[in-house]
Amino acid sequence: MSQQLLAEIEQKYLKTDVPEFRAGDTVRVHVRVREGNKERTQMFEGVVIARKHGGIRDTITVRKISYGVGVERTFPIHAPVVGNLEVLRKGKVRRAKLYYLRSRFGKAARLKEDMSR
Amino acid sequence: MIGGLIGKKIGMTHVFDEKGRFVPVTVLEIGPCFVTQVRSAEHDGYRAAQIGFGQIAKRKVNKPTSGHLQRVGLHEKPLRHLKEFPILTDEIQEGQTIKVDQVFSEGETVRITGTSKGKGFAGVVKRYHFHGGPMTHGSMTHRRPLSSGATGPQRVFKNTRKPGRMGGEQVTQRDVTVVQIDPDKNLMLIKGSVPGANGETIYVLKQN
Repeated sequence: MSQQLLAEIEQKYLKTDVPEFRAGDTVRVHVRVREGNKERTQMFEGVVIARKHGGIRDTITVRKISYGVGVERTFPIHAPVVGNLEVLRKGKVRRAKLYYLRSRFGKAARLKEDMSR
Repeated sequence: MIGGLIGKKIGMTHVFDEKGRFVPVTVLEIGPCFVTQVRSAEHDGYRAAQIGFGQIAKRKVNKPTSGHLQRVGLHEKPLRHLKEFPILTDEIQEGQTIKVDQVFSEGETVRITGTSKGKGFAGVVKRYHFHGGPMTHGSMTHRRPLSSGATGPQRVFKNTRKPGRMGGEQVTQRDVTVVQIDPDKNLMLIKGSVPGANGETIYVLKQN
């Protein structure tokens, strides 16, 4: 009963339009950035290397190589600052957490595209 | 209005506030509370109201308590918890029902009293945050209390911090923020943690 109450509270904040994706997929995350009183949308495009489940606490870690430097950002996917989430490419991977990509660069960090999904 | 209400801890979760920030919250079920007795300055020397919360089986209530509840007609559906809170303004009557939103509002800071989780017989490192000794390098004093004081008095002073029972005692937190109130479900969301296990009785008090 009490767990049900907690779920009801979380329910109000959950997004219903989150697309289906998993680790290995390339996504573009639209992030709302507030500068002073102006608001604009910033993009972050990269490979999802981890998705941590937990209802309202769901997060994804997105990794990209920016000017030769590896950059990772973790987004709480149900947060209002995280806007649209586009899946650009589905990757074929054999594990749920792709932390091994951190130690790979260039050609070695490529992922095969999964045509079956 | 009354200075506090009785409730129950449901558990913890997160919400997003209006600025989109991730806020950890404790969900409390507060009230509805029933006024069972009003104490007046003329009759009792101070002003307060006794309120009750929660249900209990009729057979578990002894006759004096049952008779006490009969005054407000609640002896058929007895209340589990009874507690007195000060009256802040008039308009409190016996038999009245008080809901969360009549006493508290969102954004307000309150005091919260509960019973902390029992930790059993705990050592000084856990109980009083002693540093303890090194775990390695041949050290044989890992988590011991070591010195109990100076040798001069030839005794250990009273209230010297020692191992013993920890937790399971009344704890009051001040300045905790009310994030949200849901009068339909009798819920109150408090920012951060609240003492005690889920299901524990919680007193929420007005902060002056």
